[in-house]
Amino acid sequence: MSLLEVKNLEVSFALRHGDLVALNDVSFTLDKGERLGIVGESGAGKSVTGFAVINLISKPGRISKGEVLFDGQRLDRFSEKEMREIRGNHISMIFQDPMMTLNPVLTIGTQMVETLRAHRKISVKEAEKIAIKKLDLVHIPSPERRLTQYPHEFSGGMRQRIIIAIALLAEPAIIIADEPTTALDVTIQAEIMELLIELCNSQDMGLMLITHDLGVVAEVTERVLVMYAGKIIETAATSDLVTSPMHPYTKGLMNALPGHGTCDKENRLQQIPGSMPNLTEIAPGCSFHPRCAFCQDICTKTVPELRKVAGSKDRLVSCHFPIGGQN
Amino acid sequence: MATPIVKIDNLVKYFDISGGFLEQLQLKSGKIRLHKTEVKAVNGVSFEIAPGETLAVVGESGCGKSTLARTVMGLYPPTAGSVSYRGERIDTLTSKQMLPYRQRMQMIFQDPYASLNPRKTVRQTLKEPLRFHHKKITAVEIDERLAEVMEQVGVNPAWRDRFPHEFSGGQRQRIAIARALVIDPEFIVADEPVSALDVSIQAQILNLLMDAQDQRGLTYLFITHDLSVVRHVATRVAVMYLGTLCELATTKELYDTSYHPYTRALLSAIPRVDGKKSKYIKLPGEIPTPIDLPSGCVFHGRCIHADDRCKCEVPELLPVSDSSGTRVACHGIAEGRI
Repeated sequence: MSLLEVKNLEVSFALRHGDLVALNDVSFTLDKGERLGIVGESGAGKSVTGFAVINLISKPGRISKGEVLFDGQRLDRFSEKEMREIRGNHISMIFQDPMMTLNPVLTIGTQMVETLRAHRKISVKEAEKIAIKKLDLVHIPSPERRLTQYPHEFSGGMRQRIIIAIALLAEPAIIIADEPTTALDVTIQAEIMELLIELCNSQDMGLMLITHDLGVVAEVTERVLVMYAGKIIETAATSDLVTSPMHPYTKGLMNALPGHGTCDKENRLQQIPGSMPNLTEIAPGCSFHPRCAFCQDICTKTVPELRKVAGSKDRLVSCHFPIGGQN
Repeated sequence: MATPIVKIDNLVKYFDISGGFLEQLQLKSGKIRLHKTEVKAVNGVSFEIAPGETLAVVGESGCGKSTLARTVMGLYPPTAGSVSYRGERIDTLTSKQMLPYRQRMQMIFQDPYASLNPRKTVRQTLKEPLRFHHKKITAVEIDERLAEVMEQVGVNPAWRDRFPHEFSGGQRQRIAIARALVIDPEFIVADEPVSALDVSIQAQILNLLMDAQDQRGLTYLFITHDLSVVRHVATRVAVMYLGTLCELATTKELYDTSYHPYTRALLSAIPRVDGKKSKYIKLPGEIPTPIDLPSGCVFHGRCIHADDRCKCEVPELLPVSDSSGTRVACHGIAEGRI
């Protein structure tokens, strides 16, 4: 059994005109020490997936179908009080903007001690010791001195390291990182990516990396889910996905990356026409069909299932005519 | 090289952040002195942009690339140095004298949610620059121009009476580009024009900018932090670090053989999807504050090749020996140490 198992998850938001389905039939698993990427464009449902796992979907949204199993327990059925035991202790989350996540008027030490003491009954002294250890783990030099400093005294990259240290305080089994490097410069991003990989290996931690950047996914993760309009459309080992994407959307996304895809003779990027549909206006059949170059009659009528690719171990694609595969 | 369309020479831009008179008072060796605090955003940058080319300025946040763009546009007066447009100095002009140049130089900004007035329809937004620069233009002509330019950027002209909130991010950026194109400029400064957009939309906008360049013979000054975008659009690249140019090269040269240690580190940090990962060259330390610039080469504190000369003497931007035309500001390379 996997550490985290998400089965047929559906999240919907109750709007005036009826329910808006933000996540539709999402299933995946995450094991100890595994690095899983969730990639897609804005509005694809990647962040909602992250929030749903730790039961943080706020009203008017709700988990309307499916299960979230952590260590065999149904998290989606947990009460707020039970959930608090899980969050931070067993599953932690890291967000995009480190300045927004840290409290600007409290020192790093205060914030770390506060977090620890919310989870465990320990003295301030002991909590500080653990905090120093964790800051050391994320390579912050002279952590004892840094504890007394405020967030504004740190650079963006350092702040993100502190956030990661806070997420690590209670030694969680899983970290959900929602665009952890998007607000950072490339050189800092490279350092944070290295750190995340290192931590997953040394702490045997599962990582769920949510990002829009295929490059980051390719460098950090082992397996990847591609999302489009609230659904998983392709999942594969990262190396397989980047070398031979099977869903036309994944392929389009790769080709649209400057400097990576194949440029045509006039040196233009291959573009995907149109844009991601608004979730209230999803086309019938395959939700990607209005933008798809390989669209056939059946695509406009029947929703393709997420099917296992013949001859592969755990490769799934949801397309009537996957690239390079028999359907 | 043909006569440059834009030439900047030793451009310097400082921002005074010392605040009021009382905040400037400082006690120094027993005496009260007035002390000015300045952010040194751009420090002596020189380059030329040839007609029809795309010069990309890359660097990390806080390196002064946006300040540079705005100073070139005349939105900030430079502290020292000069900006010339087709051989004429424009940084000393009054705003009235600047008018004819404004029509030829336009700007596109990063966030199409912030750069379009939410209370104006597309028609009003696009009409304003036309009316402003062509006082005698008739309503019919305006309509024709609008239809033409909207068609070109791929926004249905029938939507001209809609408001920005009715469009997606990509379409808004198209409208922002239309606004820049509507008065037929020859030079466009694009400040991170695709950074706020999703990958599939980013490709559409980059293609649009390149199409517009082909059709209208535009010249771009392209500001970005994204090195893969640069590789795709730029003819030449200027790499900036802490307000200073460290390397200026053609795009091909830069990606084939980069010289400056900072450029190398920057290039090695790009995440790649194709698995051709080069080892990331780690930079020790952090970017110093632009208030207290390091002496000598601004990069010396983070450079593994730095020696005593780098700590005290500012390196000049000099051509490298291999006749590729690349210019690098690094003592180590000039001396052949690196």
